[in-house]
Amino acid sequence: MGNLFTSTIGRKLIMSVSGLFLVLFLLFHMSMNIAAVFSTEAYNAICGFLGANWYALAGTLVLAAGVVVHIVYATILTLHNRSSRGEQRYAVEAKPQGVEWASQNMFVLGLIVVLGLVLHFYNFWYNMQFAEIIGNHNLGPFAPADGAAYIADLFSSPVYCLIYLVWFAALWFHLTHGFWSAFQTLGWDNQIWLKRLRCISNIVATVIFLGFALVVVTFYVRSLGLCGAACC
Amino acid sequence: MNLKLKIWRQKNAQSKGGFVNYTVENISPDTSFLEMLDILNNKLIHNGEEPVVFDHDCREGICGMCSLHINGHAHGPDEDITTCQLHMRKFKDGDTITIEPWRSRAFPVIKDLAVDRSAFDKILQAGGFVSVNTGGVPDANSIPIPKPDADESMDAAACIGCGACVATCKNGSAMLFVSARVSSLAKLPQGRVEAARRAKAMVAKMDELGFGACTNTGACEAECPKGISIAHIARMNREFLSAKLKD
Repeated sequence: MGNLFTSTIGRKLIMSVSGLFLVLFLLFHMSMNIAAVFSTEAYNAICGFLGANWYALAGTLVLAAGVVVHIVYATILTLHNRSSRGEQRYAVEAKPQGVEWASQNMFVLGLIVVLGLVLHFYNFWYNMQFAEIIGNHNLGPFAPADGAAYIADLFSSPVYCLIYLVWFAALWFHLTHGFWSAFQTLGWDNQIWLKRLRCISNIVATVIFLGFALVVVTFYVRSLGLCGAACC
Repeated sequence: MNLKLKIWRQKNAQSKGGFVNYTVENISPDTSFLEMLDILNNKLIHNGEEPVVFDHDCREGICGMCSLHINGHAHGPDEDITTCQLHMRKFKDGDTITIEPWRSRAFPVIKDLAVDRSAFDKILQAGGFVSVNTGGVPDANSIPIPKPDADESMDAAACIGCGACVATCKNGSAMLFVSARVSSLAKLPQGRVEAARRAKAMVAKMDELGFGACTNTGACEAECPKGISIAHIARMNREFLSAKLKD
């Protein structure tokens, strides 16, 4: 394979493969979360099944590696690209027609996603899987496997709801470009598929956004207690 | 038309440049943009000032010599044309027009608005050719080529190597230019023989010369005077990756 991974296309290949892997994880995480909307017991059963078992830890490590690789290569490529642009910038720059806003702001959107991830780890992972890893079940206010209680508690706060929705929106923008762009980098025949992939990209990003947002909105509405015990 | 011009002036690659303001009066809307600059230069020469240096040659939109970043657009505000095909009717009386050279680390300024685009020549020298013996001119249709392939190859071959793609790309990437060459040759039987070697050699040279990596914004396609599609970039990625994986 020679110097494949030191070439610009090779580095972009790493970005696209790690990105698609992370999209698969997001779809899995979203499906898991949606269970909480319909049954808190079912969601807690999934939390209990994962916990700090070997397969969950192995999955977490692979996932963490995927995130780290994606971020490291994004940084390497962004720095390289900034240097390629040169020090002297245009005094007047107009956005060419048809260029998506997200495509020109992927690194900034990625940074927002990472910042949201840090907060998400603090809110959930630290109290749940990390508590189980270190064997301290009193780390958070609820039992580590009682994920539904953590969700209900956090999303009773309108501020947290807003922060999470902004986070999901950044992710939506990131995915609308990132998903089809990954296939373009892999060399998918885009004479035929370019428009189709852009459409699929919007669908995937929207499904992920709505799936995650549904949990936040549902638990916030429930926290208001407007509909009583009859509906929720 | 009376216009205010804000033009980038720079003595040479080493010196620090800056904008200089000029005015041009009584310009006909039917004047081409380069003719308008010729009129300005005549005025400057008559006043004993240094004329503005800019690249141009055929003035028919086929040689790829003219450049210029005009009001934030490579080749100006019109679509699918080069600067030499741009006319002053695209502007309004009293407009201020900002004219800058292509900006990219691989395209250093030679003087004023002229930049050194020899990096493109080096990429072509690395692999943008057919070196196998293809014999004499074949009889028509003796080598059957599917119409879609021939069309795609011709579309890619329309690239004039002006560098608008690099100038527009926020990453200073040359992938549209390189992919147009890789694609136009890979789609024909004569060029197919060396497709793998060509993709590897041209990408390696592109990287060596310091061009950026493509992030698929599509800005290059939007500003390309020949409307070259970024689908060719996907083909180059495919050619390059499959060639590397076979190594």
